[in-house]
Amino acid sequence: MTWLDLNRSYAVDMLVQHVRLAVPAIAISVLVAVVLGRVAWRWPKVGTAVLGGASLLYSVPALPLLIVIPVVLGIPLRSGLTLIVALAVYGTALLAGTAADAFRSVDPRVREAAEAMGFSSMGLFWKVDLPLAVPVLLSGVRVITVSTVSLVTIGALVGIPSLGNLLTDGFQRGIREEILTGLIGTMLLAIVLDALLVATGAVLTPWRRTAEATG
Amino acid sequence: MSLFGDAIGWILDGAHWGGPSGIDTRILQHLAVTFAAVGIAAVLAIPLGVLIGHTGRGRLVVVALAGAVRAVPTLGLLTLLGLALGIGIEAPLLALVALGFPSLLAGAYAGVEAADAGAVDAARAVGMSEWQIVTRVEIPLGADVLLGGIRAATLQIVATATLAAYISDTGLGRYLFAGLKSRDYAQMLAGALLVAALALVLDLTLAALQRASRPTQGKVPS
Repeated sequence: MTWLDLNRSYAVDMLVQHVRLAVPAIAISVLVAVVLGRVAWRWPKVGTAVLGGASLLYSVPALPLLIVIPVVLGIPLRSGLTLIVALAVYGTALLAGTAADAFRSVDPRVREAAEAMGFSSMGLFWKVDLPLAVPVLLSGVRVITVSTVSLVTIGALVGIPSLGNLLTDGFQRGIREEILTGLIGTMLLAIVLDALLVATGAVLTPWRRTAEATG
Repeated sequence: MSLFGDAIGWILDGAHWGGPSGIDTRILQHLAVTFAAVGIAAVLAIPLGVLIGHTGRGRLVVVALAGAVRAVPTLGLLTLLGLALGIGIEAPLLALVALGFPSLLAGAYAGVEAADAGAVDAARAVGMSEWQIVTRVEIPLGADVLLGGIRAATLQIVATATLAAYISDTGLGRYLFAGLKSRDYAQMLAGALLVAALALVLDLTLAALQRASRPTQGKVPS
């Protein structure tokens, strides 16, 4: 890996850029998808329309979406914001259905018990529904995290820097090690973020560990 | 927003149709690459998926494989193959086959596995061979899920076939990359709209096929 020895600071720079693009896109996807999933769960008729629209959006190819977004929002094509918006649209489209499933997975008897104990509707959402929806929601978040980290690379094609630059630059200059560094770096980043999500999920659902321990 | 008008105008301009880089030729190329990749991936993945679904062996491998492939950036695979194989259609085609493989495998395996166990047992009890069980019971019953896998793979491949233009002179992606290079936003946007429209039409067609394949009551395969 002589290429990496000589270009360590450049590679690290691109890794940092990659994280700065992927993490906000994933965070926005989760926030919007939870809201949409909640709406779809509460009002199933609206939900069908919303989820149908989401799956239609998901069928729009990524690179073209990257070209269309600057025109719609009036932002420069080469801005990181363009890529974040595009990936957030994708992530949301993929996650909204899972979020609705996550709320449906909450045992109605638990909700009734909480209501009987005098939880307000806000309290019910934050203290009962959302925590109990975490396991299903997390499975969806893991999927979009991996796909988002991988998709960030196409930004390099329109001039938004990330580990994808190692792929295009390596190809144009014929440096195999550079492409491999970008490829493996992207996959490692996905694996690290996925592991962080699994750890976060374990912290957010302490009752699952207790249930496992006591059988 | 007038940029959209410019892009539509670009598409409707008669000078951009016909000839080796005309819109009609590019659409046909794009579809040819897509169908070739889906076809090759299907020939490799569907028999394997059916086998896994029928025997119930190797499931964990499928799940792990699908997860791992999702993490591989297609652009990385494409540039790596492009460097090894040179400019041309071989590298994009291989990358697209790899992209579609997990969805097809998962669809075939899940479809066959989801076939009603009672129906499979009944088929075995009336003396059907394993081959007959697979082709006459499990595949017809799992056709919906299997087609779902083909639809997902086709959608991924038609979208990503845009990237083929990065390495070869193929498909609608050419307009995108040519527009990027010459800062011709109308051309770039026109390419983007054409790919999106093609993907949408293909997805809706396959969705209709999938609906049509759902077994109706009383219609038993003979």
